[in-house]
Amino acid sequence: MEFLTTLGLEVHCELSTATKIFCSCTTEFGGEPNTHVCEICTGMPGTLPVLNKQVVEYAIRTGLATNCEITQYNKFDRKNYFYPDLPKAYQVSQLYLPICQNGHIDIEVNGVKKAIRIKEIHMEEDAGKLIHDEATGMTMVDYNRCGVPLLEIVSEPDFENGEEVIAYLTKLKSILQYIGVSDCKMEQGSLRADVNLSVRPIGQTELGTRTEMKNINSFRAIARAIEGERKRQIEVITTGGKIIQETRRWDDNKGESFAMRSKENAQDYRYFPEPDLVPVEISDEWIERVKGELPELPEAKKTRYLEEYKLPEYDVEIITGSKFLVDIFEKAFEVCGEAKEVSNWIMVEVLRMATETATDVEDIAFDAANLGKLINLVKAKVINRGTAKDVFEKMFTENVDPEKYVKENGLEMMNDDGAVLAIVKSVIENNPKAVGEFKGGSQKVKAFLVGQCMKQLKGKADPATVNVLMAEELEKV
Amino acid sequence: MKITDEMIDYIGALSRLKLQDEEKESAKEEMEKIINYMDILGKLDTEGVEAMSHAFPVKNVFREDVVMPSTDREIITANAPKSKDGSFVVPKTIG
Ligand SMILES: [Zn+2]
Repeated sequence: MEFLTTLGLEVHCELSTATKIFCSCTTEFGGEPNTHVCEICTGMPGTLPVLNKQVVEYAIRTGLATNCEITQYNKFDRKNYFYPDLPKAYQVSQLYLPICQNGHIDIEVNGVKKAIRIKEIHMEEDAGKLIHDEATGMTMVDYNRCGVPLLEIVSEPDFENGEEVIAYLTKLKSILQYIGVSDCKMEQGSLRADVNLSVRPIGQTELGTRTEMKNINSFRAIARAIEGERKRQIEVITTGGKIIQETRRWDDNKGESFAMRSKENAQDYRYFPEPDLVPVEISDEWIERVKGELPELPEAKKTRYLEEYKLPEYDVEIITGSKFLVDIFEKAFEVCGEAKEVSNWIMVEVLRMATETATDVEDIAFDAANLGKLINLVKAKVINRGTAKDVFEKMFTENVDPEKYVKENGLEMMNDDGAVLAIVKSVIENNPKAVGEFKGGSQKVKAFLVGQCMKQLKGKADPATVNVLMAEELEKV
Repeated sequence: MKITDEMIDYIGALSRLKLQDEEKESAKEEMEKIINYMDILGKLDTEGVEAMSHAFPVKNVFREDVVMPSTDREIITANAPKSKDGSFVVPKTIG
């Protein structure tokens, strides 16, 4: 029996506001347990939440960037569940009137384009963290993350395989980073996904029973979880069993999903309108202003780079796929105006250094304006390419200013042709054997002689100049 | 609407409450009163009246995104039944 897979995603994204959604505590990652908390985010009786305006602003921005309609009359609702990561025993969320609805994100897998529909995006608060203490057998609760603003982005079940899911997540992450609403650091939990999955035999129109796997926090783990759960469901069905609608925990180390105990599964959230928060009305003007302030998005940027800069499609794909590479590109381009050069430097040297130093693209720290300066130094023949690569390594690791660094270390090329000529002559004089071989017809030897010159010049000459002078001098021998 | 023993047990379980028999009885009675009152409200003609969630005509109450000092964790954990090294301590839960 052949099976079709139906997949839906709920992505949670922590917003990069300075403060929490309903109180003025910092959202900064880390900190000693319960040092970023107050009476409001720990749910003390008698306290009142006040909505952070920036959360609404970011939610509108996200909705517009993902082709959603913005809900102009918004309310919050209480989602009730009893668990110690939530001090109020309810999470403030939006059930009935989510802020964004009916959007879509375009993806491309193996050359095939497809739109993934977004059902809704709603605003809510994050929960705290539970740490089990083996020594005492007790659970320790830290509410530093509790109340950090979240957007939950719910897609329609439009995915047919893990590849489409990863393409969607990659695109979504890139959009969220472009518009500056989230750092999307999966290892810090600021982007995480719940996967809904069901299978059905080909020919059956009715969808199969779905299971949900919660909080998977790396793209690779998501791909593995999808494959693992798909196999499990098919095996259950083909051996005559039935799929139960339940929440399962994906154990990435074991490569298996496990049913959570049924008690934890009781999903009866008894939603009701949040009485402590008044409605939010978003005016046409507000939406228009945010629309006007939206930066150029990945798709538009890609098209422009291809047309305006005539860069190779693959390079554009890689660079525009990451807001951080785009930032490097644009800042360096502003300084030197050489799109092709900047693109080459990013594709080769920047990515090589990132790999060699195990630096995530988003953590690359050098000032990209320096890359523009470095390209200018090569263009003006102040340094040659070989020197530029060495200077770049210093720039990447120590953020040195290339102009200053070149000057301080005397790396300028010898532009005095007389001095270069003197070296060329001395090399010819000191290598009679090689010169003889050259005269005998060996072209390879010329490269050796040029290399000898570059060595004596400590690499600080334009190889093209040395080549020309060498050719001229050899003629005279 | 009648509140049954099963309903009370279910609601108790959702809230992690272990109710004594007499507590169950009084809870049943009170809940029934509330639900019956809703039935009375449900009989009103609300044709053409838009649903509302608040009694006051107030909207768009916002706070600017500016960090203020948090509260000392000694104060925050002071009333907790149990705390250790600045963390709240609760019975073992499966995370
Ligand atoms: Zn707080």
